[in-house]
Amino acid sequence: MRATAASREVRHAPSDRDTIVVTDLVKRYRGAELNAVDGISFTVQAGELFALLGPNGAGKTTTISILTTTLAPTSGVALIGGHDLASDPSGVRRTVGIIFQKPSLDLNLTAEENVRLHAILYGLFPYRPFFALMPIAYRDRVRELSAILGIEREMFKPVKTFSGGMKRKLEIVRSLMHRPRVLFLDEPTSGLDAASRRALWDYLRQVRLETKATVFLTTHYLDEAEDADRICILDKGKIVAEGTPAAVKQDLTHEYLVVDAADRDALRRELVGRGVVHRETPLFEIPLDGLGAHAILKSIDTPLTTVRTVAPSLEDAYLKVLARS
Amino acid sequence: MIAVGELHSILALAQRDLTKLLRDRARLITTVIFPFIFIGALGGTLSASFGRAPGFDFLTLTFTGVFAQTLFQSTAMGMISLVIDRENDFSQELFIAPVSRYTIIAGRILGETLVALPQALAILAFGLVIGIPISPGQLVGLIGTGIIVAFFGGAFGVLVLAFLNNQRAANQVFPFIFLPQFFLAGVFTPIQVMPWYLELPSRITPLRYAVDFVRGVFYAGTTDYQHVVLQDPAANFAIIGPAFVVCLVIGTFFFVRSERNR
Repeated sequence: MRATAASREVRHAPSDRDTIVVTDLVKRYRGAELNAVDGISFTVQAGELFALLGPNGAGKTTTISILTTTLAPTSGVALIGGHDLASDPSGVRRTVGIIFQKPSLDLNLTAEENVRLHAILYGLFPYRPFFALMPIAYRDRVRELSAILGIEREMFKPVKTFSGGMKRKLEIVRSLMHRPRVLFLDEPTSGLDAASRRALWDYLRQVRLETKATVFLTTHYLDEAEDADRICILDKGKIVAEGTPAAVKQDLTHEYLVVDAADRDALRRELVGRGVVHRETPLFEIPLDGLGAHAILKSIDTPLTTVRTVAPSLEDAYLKVLARS
Repeated sequence: MIAVGELHSILALAQRDLTKLLRDRARLITTVIFPFIFIGALGGTLSASFGRAPGFDFLTLTFTGVFAQTLFQSTAMGMISLVIDRENDFSQELFIAPVSRYTIIAGRILGETLVALPQALAILAFGLVIGIPISPGQLVGLIGTGIIVAFFGGAFGVLVLAFLNNQRAANQVFPFIFLPQFFLAGVFTPIQVMPWYLELPSRITPLRYAVDFVRGVFYAGTTDYQHVVLQDPAANFAIIGPAFVVCLVIGTFFFVRSERNR
């Protein structure tokens, strides 16, 4: 998919494979002068990992809140799994699972009691006052999911004793109980240390493989979005770039060669003389733009002290997009 | 007709509130002790001063009044947990569930009613200890009317909370709403004769009908009935029933709207 430049509206013709179709979505909070979400349109295909990126206040959580029915939009249309947000919110709720930005667990209950409440509210199992009285299918599912996430031994402990990482894992167990077709993850790793972040993503990859669910992610960690099938960058409520991470990077950033020499004047004269486009930062950066690094290096006679190529990250592209918009 | 799934959800939500109470010993003790002060101290002093001079026993009047008031107020105040859930981010888990919003509110009302019941049982036990004559029939009547009054209080609480944004506002507003009702509803003193400027607010006080409903059943067939009860229990129920529905529907509508329309 093609990346788009700042503020240009992106429109798509929804296809049968699209599990999320958002058209001209607008949200203006009461008393606000500007729209928090300002006429955005996008689609997400079934099975994709879709990442919604943007700085604080860009409208990511507002978008996810609308798509999960916890916030009413000001205008616009959204279909989730074929269910219209406005006319069939209950159908949407059955289709989606969500891990909220702030943990939404009852700290006074045990982990299993939180999961049981969720399972009964979703109509998966009948009410029973104790775990032991719940149907075998429920008990097996809880054991299976908690084992995947490595918290099976903590399931009967009060949630108030859990660490941040364990609470996140418990929320994942809970959100997967009803086998959602679309899983919304609103900054799922915020507040977690590096080890917990990595472990959580390992679990999420496993969950994706096993459930084939569509994953809609918002995150501040750009490295987490590198694995996404597609990304969408929001700024001030508008879409400012959209496409595969590779396409967005390619459109906005360039791979370049960095060289330096003890005799910089000689190197500068040689590059100018051979017509090699470059800039000094103070090292010499030479955009590759389809040129081979090897060919450029072969053409330079001045002895070099530094040689390296730089492939820009998604973060570089992201910062460039935001700077433009 | 409530679907089976919705009924299971109501029970699960109600159990959550009861579980939380049973795990909070400090709250359990304080909620039981508070009504004793009203009955023992206030009722006791009034009874000592007036005895049966007005034609009925003051202590029994206070006992029945506090019984109804405690259940009504406990469930109404318990609805503040809806706002606490919102502040703790737990309400988003509830409101994303594919169940009716009325089911969620009904579950909370049932839960807070269950939370109020230990208080009701403690009051009954205390009443028996201090010598209030309660027949088995009256005991059944008190428990039955008490549950209805608790439900009514819960719906009233939802209506009030629908217009409050946070726990702090709720804690400030609820005492202002309840304190005048104690006197306008005749919780501690009879209100058969009132000046016109109190009669009018008394008639729009929900607690008045709750207290009189409990007393109407408790005093049925006794000589004190005519001195204490304002109107027939059936008439009170005819007001409480529709008022419950109106409070529940309007309260839920505005509460959910305040959740989604920010």
